[in-house]
Amino acid sequence: MTRFEPADVRSWGNVLQAEHHAAFPAWRDQLPRIVLSGRQEGRALLATGLRRSYGDNGLNPEGGLIDMAGLDRIISFDPQRRLVRVEAGLSFDALLGVIVRQGSFLPVTPGTRFVTMGGAVANDVHGKNHHINGTIGRWVRRIGLMRSNGEELELTLESDPQLFSATIGGLGLTGAITWVELEVLPNESAVMDAENIPFDNLDMFFSLAAESDNAFDYTVSWIDCLAKGASLGRGIFTRGNHAKTGSRLPGRGNTKFTMPLSLPRLCMNRYSISAFNSLYFRNGKRKAGRQNIPIYQFFYPLDSIGRWNRMYGSKGMYQFQSVVPPAVEKDATKEMLKTISASGQGSFLAVLKTFGAVASPGMLSFPRPGTTLALDFPNHGETTLRLMARLDDIVLEAGGRLYPAKDGRMSARMFKAGYPAWQDFAKYVDSGFSSHFWKRVSQE
Amino acid sequence: MRVIILGATSAIASAAARLYAAEGASLLLVGRDENRLAQAAADLKARGAEAAEVAISDLGDPVDVEQRLDAFVRQLGGVDHVLLAYGILGNQGEAERDLADAETILRVNFNSAAAWCLATANIIEKQGRGTLAVIGSVAGDRGRRANFIYGASKAGLEALVVGIAHRFADKGPRAVLIKPGPTMTPMTEGMNRKGALWAKPEQVAAIVHARAYRGGPVAYAPGFWRYIMLIIRNLPSAIFNRMEI
Repeated sequence: MTRFEPADVRSWGNVLQAEHHAAFPAWRDQLPRIVLSGRQEGRALLATGLRRSYGDNGLNPEGGLIDMAGLDRIISFDPQRRLVRVEAGLSFDALLGVIVRQGSFLPVTPGTRFVTMGGAVANDVHGKNHHINGTIGRWVRRIGLMRSNGEELELTLESDPQLFSATIGGLGLTGAITWVELEVLPNESAVMDAENIPFDNLDMFFSLAAESDNAFDYTVSWIDCLAKGASLGRGIFTRGNHAKTGSRLPGRGNTKFTMPLSLPRLCMNRYSISAFNSLYFRNGKRKAGRQNIPIYQFFYPLDSIGRWNRMYGSKGMYQFQSVVPPAVEKDATKEMLKTISASGQGSFLAVLKTFGAVASPGMLSFPRPGTTLALDFPNHGETTLRLMARLDDIVLEAGGRLYPAKDGRMSARMFKAGYPAWQDFAKYVDSGFSSHFWKRVSQE
Repeated sequence: MRVIILGATSAIASAAARLYAAEGASLLLVGRDENRLAQAAADLKARGAEAAEVAISDLGDPVDVEQRLDAFVRQLGGVDHVLLAYGILGNQGEAERDLADAETILRVNFNSAAAWCLATANIIEKQGRGTLAVIGSVAGDRGRRANFIYGASKAGLEALVVGIAHRFADKGPRAVLIKPGPTMTPMTEGMNRKGALWAKPEQVAAIVHARAYRGGPVAYAPGFWRYIMLIIRNLPSAIFNRMEI
């Protein structure tokens, strides 16, 4: 129906906890009434999906949320033309279950399959194949967009280049994405031909990346962010391609265990994290080499623990993801890692990857050529914010930027410096839409 | 597997239809809203349904039920399961003041549903196999001031379906009533839906789907409601009448 009701809504990082009002449409024809009732009640709106964004770009406590998860239908799938059109609330998990067995795969996927199509487009997500395929926005052919006046637009890059580009990576601020038509790729099997290579320091990472990016569709590295000195930036480099043969059935998913409740914060200290990282590195060394692994295990290792964000306790966590340009990527990355390991505030999941030069149509798209570093920090309040502010300075000086999908606290100054197109983008923001994130970063 | 879904745009029916689609079933989706039925049919076909046809019909109107059901069966080329999933909650307070409202709740949830059940029973009895699966409600287990008109209609439906199951005992066909507890569907929008007792439509649909294939004539969804309702039904009135439930 079309009412807004109190709802328990949190983003994945769990730092900001605020009461929300949400509407739960089950059919697209309910959306005009929802946006109009939002306007009547004076609520600025925001469409949300499965809320895997870490920070506050999916939150809108003073306005209203449109929970799109009930709009999860496949509108059409044409395996010959490789075009799939789906409602915005459909998850990648559900879509993969349909297309993989029919010989297709997503052109781009983030590290979890529990994201919706609308959310993936609104954040212009990237994956381990960014150096080949760019972001998902490059594969979007058509978008349905509900504006706050109740009108639904059909956008293509040709018909509405500006609004289309603002909507790709537009963080839901140009309206509610109602459906998306996406080009998918042919893929013969649900198996990956993968290789793990341990490396002992940051320089080795960069040479592995340079040597792998041409021959491998997918590359990514896990790093031990607490290692110091000669081992600074040690980790495990993973690269892979789709296997040419093997079963087309992706299996029933890889979620083996779901965190039943938040761990006490006591578990999250420098000793436990450092021990985990050392163990993980040694384990990775043991399992080095080439192997065939199931598709979900390759792309979505984190999905093997349901609600893994609860590991970080009730105060939640911040995620920090930056990209710095090629000219300074080695120095800036080294500087960030030094700062982190010296602080002792580490992360289980530090990820390093080189982005390619394939440009996205999105005005606010995050990826750009260079190196991206992603880590999460358990929320210890002021000390955590101070550490991230020091990392901000390194990114700013390097001429890099932060990823809004992961952010829960970047300053307006940081945002505007990283995204010089923001003023152009702001012209396409629908006045009836907003978010907690946008209120912060668009202020003077 | 050929399945007729009466009230196919309801949340529980939509989720159950996806389980059938994943098995490659042929589905006939019946309801009033042509546009929504077409959207559901396209989705189910993409998810693996052998066929997904639609039929537009006002199921709450208990007229010509046998002819209409015959036409559905012909359209689908036979039938194995019939899932009856439509119903209205109504507004208890208004229905107590305006008896026409009460009559509508009873007519849609009981009179018309009973007609579809009886017509289905005749068809599957004649062919010697098939399942009638009906969505009831825990509200039918004991009348409560908050919703006893709706509850009465669902209680009547239970007696009817259990009776049909009895009629089928030791024969091929089956009849089952699935009683969901509070579920996150459009029907319950506007209620305070926080708390652990609220189920998702997918959870209820999994039980509906499983029970259409096997099990006894009455199932609770989720299963823990069986124990909660056992207690509620057996509370002495002296205690029950003082409770705000």
